Amino acid sequence: MARAKVAIVGAAETTELGKIPGMSQIQLHADAALNAIEDAGLKLTDIDGVATAGESPTAIAHYLGIAPNWVDGTAVGGCSFMLHVRHAMAAIESGLCQTVLITHGESGRSQVGRAGWGSAPASLAGQFEAPYGGMGPTTTFTLPVLRFLKDTGTTQEQLASVAVSQRQWATLNPRATLQTPTTVDEVLADRMIAYPFTKSMCCLVTDGGGALILVAAERAKDFPQKPVYLLGSGESTETPMISQMIDLTSSRAFKMAGARAFLTAGIEHKDVDHLMIYDAFAHLPLYGLEDLGFCQRGEAGALIESGATAPGGSLPLNTNGGGLSYMHSGMYGMYALQESVRQVRGTAAAQIDDVEISVCHGVGGMFAASGTIVMSASPARV
Amino acid sequence: MIDFSLVTVPQPTPETAHFYEGTAAGELRLQQCNQCQTVYFPPRPFCPNCGSRSVSVIVASGQGRLLSYVINHRPHPAFEGPYAIAIVGLEEGVTMMSNILQVDQTPEALILDMPLQVVFRACRDGIVLPYFQPLGAE
Repeated sequence: MARAKVAIVGAAETTELGKIPGMSQIQLHADAALNAIEDAGLKLTDIDGVATAGESPTAIAHYLGIAPNWVDGTAVGGCSFMLHVRHAMAAIESGLCQTVLITHGESGRSQVGRAGWGSAPASLAGQFEAPYGGMGPTTTFTLPVLRFLKDTGTTQEQLASVAVSQRQWATLNPRATLQTPTTVDEVLADRMIAYPFTKSMCCLVTDGGGALILVAAERAKDFPQKPVYLLGSGESTETPMISQMIDLTSSRAFKMAGARAFLTAGIEHKDVDHLMIYDAFAHLPLYGLEDLGFCQRGEAGALIESGATAPGGSLPLNTNGGGLSYMHSGMYGMYALQESVRQVRGTAAAQIDDVEISVCHGVGGMFAASGTIVMSASPARV
Repeated sequence: MIDFSLVTVPQPTPETAHFYEGTAAGELRLQQCNQCQTVYFPPRPFCPNCGSRSVSVIVASGQGRLLSYVINHRPHPAFEGPYAIAIVGLEEGVTMMSNILQVDQTPEALILDMPLQVVFRACRDGIVLPYFQPLGAE
């Protein structure tokens, strides 16, 4: 029997989402952090652990005036925050600190005070990938998908149906950036970005932030919000170079992180009421569903096309609208976690009935890293 | 299609120098472990399979197949028009990123698993890069 020892008792995004040209990136961190601290009914001085990515935890703690006993600057891409949650679980359980603040802030659209991305020309990616004209995620994260489609028999229409399904969720969410329903034909006819990916199959580019507060599960009932218990987790990495994936049709990091999360939580797939799979591009939910074991190889396209993951379906997936329709500032993992918290609390815009278990799965880099978090409404599985 | 003078030029390191010495000599050089015989890429001075430091440089046949690609439609200074970025699987079992020359950059012309042959093109700073073209293309 798995028993949660750590819980999320505060969670909030930045006050505004979308375009925030008046706020620098570090202030997006701070805005979300202050909202989360308020949500938890805490004061800044209560925080003794800080984790972040995109900025250094040293800078965030100093900016907020926090004297931390523990920091984590793990930066493995968009799923960094899943890993921060996992590391904070261990840190709290082992007594390294008591109250951890995990922050994210990213001026993905307005580019205010934001550091750049890139591969040094002497790195392996700089030497063996950069010369061939890759232009970031749209041309690298997407590169394996034609192999996936051919080997699994998945169609481009099924790939497009991922964007359609998630837009259905977004139509129920007033905070979603894109709320107009769309169709497979419209998705396929949209402007081509990197064949076979049209614009509608690529994530948004927005501004925003989010933050979480974690404490020991035994303290969770002392806080004003319904606790969201952390039942299990997993993490792994594969390669920083997309051309070096072991199998272009499957993510080893997804498989390892997902399997460990299910094992440590003591759950089976039938126990999952709500699922988030980080969707920087439309193919990621296909890889995620198969690599996490929610369906057999080659079945994910048909599953999504059938409406099983859409509103009213048996496996609600990316219920905020996802990176494709809700928002995506660059490292989306924080927003997936926020939606899982809302679903377990019962406060989501598109709320699923009686969410006991939510699985939140993130990816970092271009299939480079992965983190999976299992959240529960109860501190233990019976 | 490609202005080779504008390609992002790699900066070789001591661990990868043999690769670029090979391309300049018209060879596609890989490495093979002397202990477990694993052939691997990209270069490093130890076997990523068994950890042995006893490794050799070998010359690949230069033949492979098209494993996957995207056709980028956003402008890039070194490329004219939409261009494919590909992952090529070599006969020796390793994979590498490249561009596909001497073929239309369209889904109709770029067929998965089509046989490919390495070719070499000089870029700036004395660097020669490996590219691929359909087997038998001139």
